[in-house]
Amino acid sequence: MKSNEELVKYFTDLLPHAQVSEGKQYVEIVVDLDKWHETAKTLAECELKFDFMVDITAVDYIPKFMIVCHLTSTTTRDFIVLKTYIEDRDNPTIDTLSDIWPTAEFQEREIYDLFGIRFNNHPDLRRLFLEDDYGYPLRKDFRDDINMIELKN
Amino acid sequence: MSEVIKNYIVRENEDYIVNMGPQHPSTHGVLRLELVLSGETVKQVVPHIGYIHRGIEKMCEYDTYKQIVHLTDRMDYLSAHINNEAVCLLVENALEIEVPERVKYIRVVLDELTRIASHQLWWSAYGMDLGALTAFFYGMRDREKILDIFEESFGSRLLHSFNTPGGLMHDVHPNFQKHAMEFVKYFRKKLPEYKQLLTDNVIFRNRTQGIGVMSRETAIAYGVTGPSGRGSGFSCDVRKIAPYGVYDQLEFEQILYEQGDSFARYMVRMKEMEQSLNIIEQAVDKITDGPFTAKVKPIIKLPEGEYYQRVETARGELGVYVVSDGKKFPYRVRFRSPNFSNLFVLNTIARGHLIADLVAISGSLDLVIPDIDR
Repeated sequence: MKSNEELVKYFTDLLPHAQVSEGKQYVEIVVDLDKWHETAKTLAECELKFDFMVDITAVDYIPKFMIVCHLTSTTTRDFIVLKTYIEDRDNPTIDTLSDIWPTAEFQEREIYDLFGIRFNNHPDLRRLFLEDDYGYPLRKDFRDDINMIELKN
Repeated sequence: MSEVIKNYIVRENEDYIVNMGPQHPSTHGVLRLELVLSGETVKQVVPHIGYIHRGIEKMCEYDTYKQIVHLTDRMDYLSAHINNEAVCLLVENALEIEVPERVKYIRVVLDELTRIASHQLWWSAYGMDLGALTAFFYGMRDREKILDIFEESFGSRLLHSFNTPGGLMHDVHPNFQKHAMEFVKYFRKKLPEYKQLLTDNVIFRNRTQGIGVMSRETAIAYGVTGPSGRGSGFSCDVRKIAPYGVYDQLEFEQILYEQGDSFARYMVRMKEMEQSLNIIEQAVDKITDGPFTAKVKPIIKLPEGEYYQRVETARGELGVYVVSDGKKFPYRVRFRSPNFSNLFVLNTIARGHLIADLVAISGSLDLVIPDIDR
């Protein structure tokens, strides 16, 4: 297991197009949207071999979406965070990672269900929990006047 | 990873489509499995979930950190205490709260008692799924002893939101240590009965050995953690690889089996119960006198930023991801629940088996449906 400083140095050499920072807990790698799939593939095949995708999720920073992916290596136990931002709010799309890590297929379906973010080349993009005509509840501008009780600060 | 090949089978006209669930007894909850059958052989399993989706992640955005602890109980209700601890650890690490030593050891004892109770319920239900009804009564009898310990200290038996950021809600019962040790002695004597009833049972072995084989690569690729992953030789015990609490000061083994079949997953859990007993024995002695909570402000505000905490529940790795914007409510909370990943490997490992074996396979994955739907 490498220290965070060593990891930052390693990733700065490995990924010249990415912004690598030490972060509070884990090393954070931020890439542009069009480099998303390419970077993920590099990470999965690099020397440290990040073969286990722990989690992929989204965060709604109005008007942007952030996609966060927590990766770990089962051989070296290094733990990193991979991020990207989606600017287009009306039609958010991003490349799928399910061809690299099969577990992403279902977690991406959950993101599609709750955030309405579409994944290119996804093998089976259907809603997971909710009906087809339901809104996207984890978006910050989601409103449901009947079922939602909101506490004001 | 390249070994894992995605092949969605095209449905032919002769295929039967059968819905297993949402009220099938072997799914232990509201899970619907859409089966594509050729005769009695399973060609494809498509899980349909969402029947018990409560939007816990959305609810968390309108709750304070102390309230979130109570919501986590309702995800994996059999690992309720460990789920609570995940949120508490996250808040404590973020605010750098020093938790009293007494609390740390009480938490470990409770974690392991929860783990044993969960495995006992699974063992009971797994036997029942495969037609061994006696096992159910034996498991429930012993699980009752643990629930009695919980009831004595917390007043509730299943969803005891006993953890709170900074420590515990109140002190444990004075007899807590004594009764925990009594349970360890009692259960050590009863474990051979479990072995006689199911583990050495020829019918049970024939129904589980070689059924639902999951390779180590499949386990990693689908993110299968916990005893299900360790049955395939995937070393994924968070207590060992990223220790939290006082797990790094306690001696225990990570149980690994290489076979990857249902029986290996079964054996991992049986051996884990013995390890948990060892941990309880070590930790009970180290519970010192002292305060049961650190000083924490009534309203907790995390500094702006992102936080992640991993813990090992009875079913695998639970990850809590919190984005804070400095207010008293979190901006976004995400739970990486172990059962979610464990469910979706079913299609890969159950293909080609009979329907009766599907029950053995899904039982050996030990799914808790509210944790999948959240």
